[in-house]
Order: sequence, then C-alpha cells, then structure tokens
Amino acid sequence: MGLIHALVVQGLQMALVLALAPLLTGFVRVMKARLLRRRGPPLLQPYFDLARLARKDVVLAGNASWLFRAAPYLIFASTWVAAALVPTFATGLVFSWTADLIAITALLGSARFFQALAGMDIGTSFGGLGSSREVMIASLAEPALIMIVFTLALVAGSTQLSTVAEHMLAAHVGLRVSLGLALIGLTMVAIAENARIPVDNPATHLELTMVHEAMVLEYSGRHLALIELAASLKLVLYLSLIACVFVPWGLAPAGAAPLALLIGMLAYGAKLALGGSLLALFETSIAKMRVFRVPDFLGAALMLGLLGTLLLFVSRSF
Amino acid sequence: MPVIVELWCICALLALAVAAIPLSRHGGAHAVIYGGTGLICLVGLLNALTALPASPTTLALPLGLPGLGTQVRLDALSAVFLAIVNLCGAAASLYAIGYGRHAAEPARVLPFFPAFLAAMSLVLLADDAYSFLFGWEVMSLASWALVLADHREAANRRAAFIYLVMASAGAFLLMLAFGLLAGSAGSVAFSVLRAHAPEGVLGAVVLFLALAGAGSKAGLFPLHAWLPLAHPAAPSHVSALMSAGMTKVAVYGFVRIAFDLLGPPEWWWGMPVLAIGAATAVLGVLYALMQADLKRALAFSTIENIGIIFVGLGLALAFSANGMKAAGALALTAALFHALNHALFKSLLFFGAGAVLHGTGTRDMERLGGLIHAMPVTAFAMLVACAAISALPPLNGFVSEWLTFQAILLSPDLPAWGPKLLVPAAGALLALAAALAAACFVRIYGTVFLGRPRSPAAAQAHEVERWSLAAMLGLAGLCVLAGILPGVVIDAVAPAVQALVDARMPPQAGTAWLSIIPVAESRSSYNGLLVLLFVLGSAGLMALLIHRFASRAVRRGPAWDCGFPDAGLRTQYSASSFAQPIRRVFGTTLFGARERITMPPPGDLRPARFVLRIVDPAWEGLYLPLARGVWRLSGRMDALQYLSIRRYLGLVFGALVLLLLVLALWA
Repeated sequence: MGLIHALVVQGLQMALVLALAPLLTGFVRVMKARLLRRRGPPLLQPYFDLARLARKDVVLAGNASWLFRAAPYLIFASTWVAAALVPTFATGLVFSWTADLIAITALLGSARFFQALAGMDIGTSFGGLGSSREVMIASLAEPALIMIVFTLALVAGSTQLSTVAEHMLAAHVGLRVSLGLALIGLTMVAIAENARIPVDNPATHLELTMVHEAMVLEYSGRHLALIELAASLKLVLYLSLIACVFVPWGLAPAGAAPLALLIGMLAYGAKLALGGSLLALFETSIAKMRVFRVPDFLGAALMLGLLGTLLLFVSRSF
Repeated sequence: MPVIVELWCICALLALAVAAIPLSRHGGAHAVIYGGTGLICLVGLLNALTALPASPTTLALPLGLPGLGTQVRLDALSAVFLAIVNLCGAAASLYAIGYGRHAAEPARVLPFFPAFLAAMSLVLLADDAYSFLFGWEVMSLASWALVLADHREAANRRAAFIYLVMASAGAFLLMLAFGLLAGSAGSVAFSVLRAHAPEGVLGAVVLFLALAGAGSKAGLFPLHAWLPLAHPAAPSHVSALMSAGMTKVAVYGFVRIAFDLLGPPEWWWGMPVLAIGAATAVLGVLYALMQADLKRALAFSTIENIGIIFVGLGLALAFSANGMKAAGALALTAALFHALNHALFKSLLFFGAGAVLHGTGTRDMERLGGLIHAMPVTAFAMLVACAAISALPPLNGFVSEWLTFQAILLSPDLPAWGPKLLVPAAGALLALAAALAAACFVRIYGTVFLGRPRSPAAAQAHEVERWSLAAMLGLAGLCVLAGILPGVVIDAVAPAVQALVDARMPPQAGTAWLSIIPVAESRSSYNGLLVLLFVLGSAGLMALLIHRFASRAVRRGPAWDCGFPDAGLRTQYSASSFAQPIRRVFGTTLFGARERITMPPPGDLRPARFVLRIVDPAWEGLYLPLARGVWRLSGRMDALQYLSIRRYLGLVFGALVLLLLVLALWA
C-alpha cells in the first residue's frame, strides 16, 4: 500500500510538472506583455502551439541523420527525469534516492549535449553557431551550478534534494551568507540555462543574438514541439529547484495525507507564479548583453558559488 | 597460482614478439600475431580478475642481476591494473586483426606490440625496484619503436625523439626515487623498502620524484609535452594502448610508491598531488579544445583524465594522512574507477579515430564531417564513448566523477587549513574540466560525424572491418555496463583499496535496486540502472504517445537555413570556429591565442585570410628555455674535449675529493 501511494504521488508529480510547464511559459509571456503595456498572447497559447506543432508534418533536411530524429526524445526524457527528481509539492518522493543534485545537473548536461549535437547535424551555419555558443555558456554555467550544489550539500549534509529540502524546512538553518550567495548564483545560472534575457532572448530570431533558437532552427513539427516542451520543463525545473531549497514552506513530508499534498500543490503553484512574475519583471527591466559579456556574468556566478563553498569549508556556521 | 599464469602470459607475449620478426613478411602474419596477443591478454585478464580478491602471492625468479634475482608479486593493486591493461590489450588486438592489415610496414609494428604489452605486465608484477625499472624501460623503448612505426614523416620522427628524451628523464627520476628508498633500506626488494619507509624530508623528496617520474609518463602538466606528439603518431591501436594502457601503468607506479612503499603519508602530501591534478585536468581539456587534429585532441583529453585520476589520488592521500579512512577509501575508489573508465572509453575513442583515419585518410577535423551516414556503426560506438567521457549519466564516466565529487564533499572535516582551502578550488576546477570536456566532445563528434562532408575524402568514406567494429561495440557495451552496474566495479576494486588505505567503501552488492551509496543513504545515492530505465522509459512513452496521437508524417526537403538556398559546405561551422567562443574566453590569456583576419578591400579578388596563433605555455615557458640552457651549457662544456692529460687528471682528482666530501657530510 505504501509503495502504491508513493508511486501515485511520484506519478502525480511527474504529470504535474509536465502539465504546468507550458502554462508557466505562457504566464511569463503574458506578464512580460502586460509590463510592456501590451495585451500579449492568451495564457494558454503555448498549449495551442504545442498541439498545432504536433499535428504538423515533420520537414527534415535531406541529410538529417538518425541522431537528429532521436535527439528530441532524449532531450525531453532527460529533462523530464531531472524534473521528476526535484521535490515540487512533496519531499521524500519514491524516486528521489535514484539520483541526487549532481546527477540532476548531469542529466541536464545530457539534454544539452544532444541538443548541441543536433544543432550541428544538418550542417548549416546557424546550428553550429548556436551549439558553439551553447557549450561556451554551459562550460561556465555547469561548474557554477556544481559549486552551488556543493554549498547546499555542505549546509544540509547531503546532495539528496529531498534531504536538503527537509533540512531547509527545519527552523534552525536561519539566514546564512553562503545560502545568500548560492541563491544569487543559482538565479544567474537559471537565467543562463533557460536562455532568458540578458543571456539569450527566447523570443528572438535575430541570428546575431540567438543561442538556443539557433540550435533548433531546423526542427519542425512534433520534434519542435518536444523541444519546446523540454525548454518549458527546464524553466519549471529551475524554479522548483530554487523554490524547494530556498522557500521550502508548504512542502508535504514523505507519505503525507492527501490534504497535506493539496496544500503542497497550492503552495507550489503560488511559488511558481511568484517566480514567473519576478522573471518577467527582471526580463523587462534589463537589456540583452553581448555574447562575449556572458562569460563575465557567469564567471560571477561561478565565483559566488566558489565563495559560498569556501566559506563553508572554513566554518560550518557561515 | 595466479602469479605463475601471469608470468607465462608474459613469456608467451615475448615469444610472439620474437616469432613476429620472421613472420611479419608473410601476408597473414598480423592475424596470427594479433589473434595470439588477444588470446593471451584474455587469459591474463581472467587470471587478474580471479586474483583480485585473493591474498597476495609472491615468487622469486633466478633471473636478473646476480645475487638479486627477480621478485614478482601479484596483489590486489597489481591485479586491478593488470585487468585494465590486459583488457586494453585484448580490445586493441581484436581491433587490430582487422585494422592491422593496412599497416604499411608490418615489421615495424608486429614484433613490438606484444613486447609492449609484456613489458607493461612486467612493471605491474615487479616486486623489486630493479625489475620494475627494467620493465619500465622496456615499456618505453617498445612504445618508442611503435611511435616510430611510420618513420617517413618528419613529425613522427620529432615526436619519437622528444618521447625518448622525456622517457629517459622520467625513468631517471624514478631511479632516483628508488635509490633514495633503497638507500635507507639497504635492498631493492619492495618488501624490504616497505618495511623501511623513509621519514621526514627524505619521504617528501621521494614523493616528488615519484610524482615527476611517473607523472611525466602519465602526462601530468607541465611534463605532458611529449604525450600529444607521441600518442597520435603511432598506429591507432597502439595509440589506444599507449593512451589507455600505458598511462595507467604510470598511475600504478605512482600509487605503488606513494601509497604502498612510502608508508603512512604526511598530512600535506595530498596537496601538491591535488593541485597538479586539478591544473592538469583543466589545461588538458583546454588544449584539446584548441586542436584540429582528431588524434591530438584525444591525446590531450587523456591528459585531462589523468588529472582527474590524480585529483582522486591527492584526495585519498590527504584523507588517509588525516585519519579519515572511509573518505580516503572513497577517493581512492573514485580514482581507480576513473582509471578503468578512461581505459574503456579512450581505447574506444582511439579505435574510432583509427576507423575515421582508415575510412577517409585524414584525421584533420576541418576536412571531415557527415560520417554518421557512411560509417553508422563507428558513429554509434563513438557517440557512446563521447557521452561517457563527457560524464553523462547513466554511462560510466559519470559514476567516477560523481564519486570524486562525493569525496570532495567530505573534505570540510579535514583538520588542516591548507587542504581545506585547496579542496574546494580543486572541486571547482574539476567541475570546469568536466563541463569543458563535454564541450570538447560535442565539438569532436559534431565536426567529424555530423553535418555535411567538408572534403571529397569525407564524402567517400567507408565503414571498417567487422573485427574493428566488434572491438568498438564491445567496449561501448562495457562503458554502459560499468555505468549501470557501478556497484560491481566498486566491490571489485575494494580489496586493492583496503590494502592501500586500510579501509574500503561499504559493500554495494547488497543495496536495494543496485544503487551505490558512498557513505550513507541520507547523504547521497545514485542508481545508474534506474536512471537509464527512466530516461528510456519516458522517451519511449513520449514516442509512443506522439506516434499514436500526433502526426507521424515525415517529409524530406532541403535544409531551411533561415531561407538561404544551397548554402555551400564551407558555411558550416568547423572545428576551429566551434571552439572560437571558448578560445576567446579561456585561450587569450592562457594560450596567448591571437586571431588575425585579413580582409581585402571591396572589389579586390584576393581571398580573405584567417590566421590563428596559439602559444603552448609549457613549451614556451619551460621546455624552450631548458633546451636553450642545455645548448649553452654544452657549448661551454665543449672545451672539456680538448684538455691536456694533466688537466684531465686534475679533474678526476677534484671529482673524487668532491664525492668523498659529500659522503662524509651525508654520514
């Protein structure tokens, strides 16, 4: 019975992140439009887009290989599994001991690996441009994320995300310098990894500025739908990650009753809405930076993570 | 007794080497030699695996120096590395049954290949300094001969010369290390050295000599300079054996001296190892990112992986010196695991590079592309290898990296301040190296196998023989297996870890669902099998859903490319343009990377020119001044050739007095 309950909760969580992902993307778009005093697209537009893309034929370039066709599934699956491992409304989910925060980082790395390869498969200059910039950004964002993971793991004594969240829920953590540094760093990494302004512009099709869009330029139909869905999932994942570590209130404990789960879900929805609004606010108030200023931006995130870790190596009370 | 089986394997390999000299003129010789070598390696591998959990066995042979003999010993540490080397040997032999047919001059490869393997086994079995160094030198000479196999190219001759110089220097340092060890013990047998471990400064000097001597063979920065020249120069199956196997023998040499012969470590011994390892990891992968030659890029990536192994070893030294035995066992397991992983995927990568070289005739990445269509099996195996070396779950590279990170997370408990501050920096460098490695292998795979062919040679590529494909697919399978069943590997190396740091990781065999747990379940756990199943399951589920409810139609058309029709092949991103952003971020200061673009004015028909200049800091900063110094010194010493008898006698007398003085002061 316990296992069935646990599996149901885990399945619920996986379905929930998948269902919420386009909504969050749509929400951020609407918020941005409102902040710019535009009307903006309907809230549910990403769902319509996905449905429309799924119904369309795939137009493959003549020399696309099997890798190009398999990559969307692998990208989606790695992102989804990574998102399934992040506690959203409940901790102690049944799969949470399968992999820890470092593995989540690496799963996202796998998704990026295949995306960058797919970008180079057709052999056009845009795909290569996007892949090349993506790996440059990743080569700084990934170590920054690992250092932030180190900071969290040293505070909580575990790299297991459920344990970290439970530790943060316990009142005795308090305000810490290292956690503050980690929060700023994680936000910067999340912005870079999700191809948001100021690192990349998710709405652009300007060749000189785009990174993520350049890589997926040759995709169409259901493949593009999967990649778009994976991108939305990644945004949900990062917001959930920030939420479960830094604002864990409302998380239902392991094996909780349905009521606690419901409260957890409501709290989670509120956190996502807050995160989305803050993201929209941030994106409307800042300009996109040049590609070669991104290393400075992410280098700062890396240094913040390293500083947080160093402080904790020096003394556990920071 | 397992040690006797291993000795017979060495004898059989040497016999094959001798037999290869007359045989190599005949057409089918390569099949006989490589087939025989492969079988012997297989026997050696199985024997090493059975010897792993057994207690050490020793044997004294009446060979070698008079009065000394040769002592051999097979303990768990030797068995781990014997298994790795024999695995590489077996795979390389299998590959070479098909690949070796194309050797231009088989007589320059066939005799040395088994001899090289025999020498590596001898190093791993040796139980006295003399036979260790003898095996080491034979290993260097055999591999030097193999580097020279294609001696008609000037670049290869230069590579072989630099290799010979560096190998001699490394062996000399190791000889000094053993000399100091033996000096305080009075014998060269390892059993005696172990009992008389040097103390204080002497121990530290031996540690540094071992780090420099074995590290130069392994490719530690800045002693790596010969490696990216020599490894690619050899035929591809030999490159694989040198990069995947011989560097592991060097790692073994360091582990044997630092963990076994030197006795209990001082508190700070881990720090130099850790610092050099972390620097090597980052610099190695940055070098790899700058290369346009496929095999050179792979050789530089070997340097990176050796750095990761030495980070693990440094952590293990630091932990065990400070009484944190469980953490030391974790770090050492991570290092040994990574040694195995690197042997698996680097062999595979060099095999793939050999297949590319055979299929297209070039290893210049700027002239390759689109090989996934012409060489589908090679492309698949290489994809597995590239994903594994980029530390992507659920493949094997991720597990060892994860274990290293877990070990780093235990370091705040270290009592000393130095390691406390150094370890997080090393962790950051390691994470940077891992991310750059992923970039490096996206670049390699993307430019070689994806896109459109950049040259007629790449357009007319063809797949390699079945033997070579079997070797590649077998190794790819092992990469997956070691990734999804890491507990088996951890438990297998546990006896060696137990013998060296007096502790082992908790047994993984009994954990539920084949998870691995480095310290305790609440701290962290990882399950490669479930990750694989989840990823495959969710990808399959999505594919099923989409093909059921969404459109399944596929149309083929020209690439869209933002509406540009018929974009030329030259508009593709090439290897160097792919690396440009990273080169700009990391390369301008470290490598002095300068790009010069000459654009003719409008109307002028001259082509635009792009010149890239990269400076190797180790070469410019260390080797060239050293070479200049030696040159200048030898110019001065030249005068010694023309002395009179009286002056020569005076010189001899002076030298004698000096030596006696040293002896008197020493005592």
